[in-house]
Amino acid sequence: MNNEGRKTTPVTAAQSAQHSGMMFEEPLIFEMDQPGRSGVDLPDVPNVPLRIGTLAPREHIGLPNLSEPEMVRHYTRLSQKNFGIDSTFYPLGSCTMKHNPRLNEKMARLPGFSDVHPLQPQSTVQGAIGVMKELSHWLLTLTGMKAITLAPAAGAHGEFCGMAAIKTALKVRGEDRKIVLVPESAHGTNPATAAALGFTVVSIPANGRGRVDRDALIAKLDNNVAAIMLTNPNTCGLFENEIIEIADAVHKAGAYFYGDGANYNALVGRVRPADLGIDAMHINLHKTFSTPHGGGGPGSGPVVFSERLAAYVPLPYVKIEQDILSLVEHADDAAQSFGRLKAFHGQMGMFVRALTYILSHGADGLYQVASDAVLNANYILASLKDVMSTPFEGPCMHEALFDDRFLKDTGVTTLDIAKALLDRGYHPMTMYFPLVVHGAFLIEPTETESKATLDGFIATLRELAIAAKDPANKELFINAPHTTPRRRLDETRAARQPILRWKE
Amino acid sequence: MRYLPLTAQDRSAMLEKIGTTSVDDLFADVPASAWLKGPIANLPNHKSEMEVERTLTALAHKNIAAGSVPFFCGAGAYRHHVPASVDQLLLRGEFLTSYTPYQPEVSQGTLQYLFEFQTQVSMLTGMPVANASMYDGSTGTVEAVMMANRVTKRDGAILSGGLHPHYRDVVKTHSELSGFTIDCLPPSIKATENLIKKITPETSCVVVQTPDVWGNVHDVTALANACHAQGALLIVVVTEVISLGLLPSPGSMGADIVVCEGQSIGNGLNFGGPYVGLFATKEEYIRQMPGRICGQTVDAEGARGFVLTLSTREQHIRREKATSNICTNSGLCALAFTMHLTLLGQEGLKKLARLNHTLAVQAVDRLAKISGVTILNKGFFNEFALELSKPAAAIVERLAAQRILAGVPASRLDAAPELRNILLVAVTETTTAEHIETLALALEKECAA
Repeated sequence: MNNEGRKTTPVTAAQSAQHSGMMFEEPLIFEMDQPGRSGVDLPDVPNVPLRIGTLAPREHIGLPNLSEPEMVRHYTRLSQKNFGIDSTFYPLGSCTMKHNPRLNEKMARLPGFSDVHPLQPQSTVQGAIGVMKELSHWLLTLTGMKAITLAPAAGAHGEFCGMAAIKTALKVRGEDRKIVLVPESAHGTNPATAAALGFTVVSIPANGRGRVDRDALIAKLDNNVAAIMLTNPNTCGLFENEIIEIADAVHKAGAYFYGDGANYNALVGRVRPADLGIDAMHINLHKTFSTPHGGGGPGSGPVVFSERLAAYVPLPYVKIEQDILSLVEHADDAAQSFGRLKAFHGQMGMFVRALTYILSHGADGLYQVASDAVLNANYILASLKDVMSTPFEGPCMHEALFDDRFLKDTGVTTLDIAKALLDRGYHPMTMYFPLVVHGAFLIEPTETESKATLDGFIATLRELAIAAKDPANKELFINAPHTTPRRRLDETRAARQPILRWKE
Repeated sequence: MRYLPLTAQDRSAMLEKIGTTSVDDLFADVPASAWLKGPIANLPNHKSEMEVERTLTALAHKNIAAGSVPFFCGAGAYRHHVPASVDQLLLRGEFLTSYTPYQPEVSQGTLQYLFEFQTQVSMLTGMPVANASMYDGSTGTVEAVMMANRVTKRDGAILSGGLHPHYRDVVKTHSELSGFTIDCLPPSIKATENLIKKITPETSCVVVQTPDVWGNVHDVTALANACHAQGALLIVVVTEVISLGLLPSPGSMGADIVVCEGQSIGNGLNFGGPYVGLFATKEEYIRQMPGRICGQTVDAEGARGFVLTLSTREQHIRREKATSNICTNSGLCALAFTMHLTLLGQEGLKKLARLNHTLAVQAVDRLAKISGVTILNKGFFNEFALELSKPAAAIVERLAAQRILAGVPASRLDAAPELRNILLVAVTETTTAEHIETLALALEKECAA
């Protein structure tokens, strides 16, 4: 990497020549500090003596001082350096980057939801608890499961919650099972979650069809196995067609079946996880139910449970008695619950958005969601398989997976193709995941993309796949991207000499 | 359906390209017994924007919005004024609809604000480094305890009785499930507990909150020294982050890890979530930190840029050996936090903190005059504990019927009998003198009767 080129310190007036077109160089807020300025006007402070015990009031904090116009421009310019679903096709596999309806945002901002305290008397928040009840009803009906918690803050938190219920159920049974089986294609959160709960992770290989090797799995089942964690459709975008046999075998061995619901968008409204033998599954409201990803959260990860785990749901949960809704918040009132996962009741702002999305779609719309998501992915698969290479035969579910065999001997990698896509105005697919496929390209279009958008993307990717085979085109790939706000970044340097905050 | 662009014509053209005639064929791997033949029964079909809006608005109207009444609830979630520009910018699609910045070349917006956020958190807490956010303060506290166990290679956390009971319960859940040891002190309403005496050579960390859940502010310097003398870490929890504009930073008092609930800055009450956890520590512990971290680097042309870094700690690389299973965190809430704090700046935050505190002092002086009401705090920030002559929960319920949200009864947080008559009252810049007077008059009636 060339570290000697442009200056890496504040942008000065002279450097503002670097602005190009609508792309602006933007300093850090700390470099814009001007003491004496403020972005807020506050009322006068009453003149009374402080009552902070023996402590001395704080003088220096170091925070920069900006006015509102400067702040607004700063963040507007920063936003312009981001790809979002609003601006472009964002087929990031496993992430379900679907359109985020703005009605959801409007509803979440109603003061009756946004300006309500979690510990107000429950008589004053019947509508808020009502949203929780209504969302629960939909999610339980869609999944066919028996109990639900809305508490988890995100998918991984939901995984922890589901596996915690399993651990608790085993304890109640008086068993101390230690092993959790996780397919090698699983999301990293699965083994990390199992380990966080003190389980030992045993990896299950995939078979030649990209599914879990059923026989290898069954061979590992014994009375030390607590659970299996399985994503379905799996991370190869394929449906685990032997899932019911697997679930039966797992249950016969006295273990539980955790379903990772990250890929639920392929099934929503068409297939009920309960009918697949699942005991616990988290649902990423920020994937299937369109709450915004927000550059990395907030998410929300409700978990649904089968009859076998229903008693152990965490606190708090919704109870209905004679039309009065309440939240059960104390362990004394819920003897079998495994306890509290989070300070308050869950990501209420996300519940409102998800419920808005669900009511907008209805049962018929959600059925169409899964259908179109799967159709769009298969259309991409069918349109590119002659120029790219597919690791597995047959139709896919909501994601199309390719490997890098088509790049053999070209000197071009999956990463290079992804970076070249950036130059063409597309956010790349997920790369190098799942780990079971060499140089994976995992493309998840979602149902909210039009055929015209897919056709444009397909044409671009076809062109790149073909161009990669000609050494004359190397520059298109090796140093891509060329047109983005930054070129490839030196990640090794970032990790070796960490600079994690601005310093004077 | 307004969110689905495919037309019937598109669908058949696409099926033709795929080489099939029905979408059902694409679901052929799903066992026949698990098929639903058509939309699921007993649920309504799609609705217009107008109809959905009507349904949700009706639900919203069943709640009493904090801003519409005299309001004094706190206990870990605070009502502050958020400038309009914050929410307007939050709605920019490039922020709202982007994912975790895995492709840094087209995510410099997110990455730069995370770098700025980390710096602001570091300044506020007085700690050298911070991560890019946790889900909230309570889950951040659990992560801090587990991190302290890793750093010290010990098992034995001591939790102060001033720690928010919900936070304590969250740590307790994890200690039972993940198998680590904690010692929870009983609620310390008058801040009389002696944590230093509890520390042993087996202690991995002491978790202390300031201002504590009962409102008391603490100087934890001596406690930090005592921890360090025994090789333990001090974890300081702050649930009202505005207090850091007036009180000394935890870092300046010797904290090793600081966890804050950041909701007070930039984020609304939202009935409890989503919020944003702040997590800061010393430089030597960064490789044991949980969560995403953004770092500065250069691009191929030498220009300053930002990336997610130190990811070898994380689940997507380390799998079962990761420092945490956290993936999605609180990106957008962190953005709201950093934007609001940018508007406040050092001077604005200091003034806002003083405003909160002095209004609380005025409220305390007014409420102290009521017979049947005792103020339990000597030093406090913007929240304090009243001991009433009767159970607080019933009074709060009766005042709610008069459209006064009087605060949080301590019994809502913890069932300990000695908490039954305790009411936690929070005052912020949004509280007016009239509100305080209304509360005082109502409490006068309740406590006299």
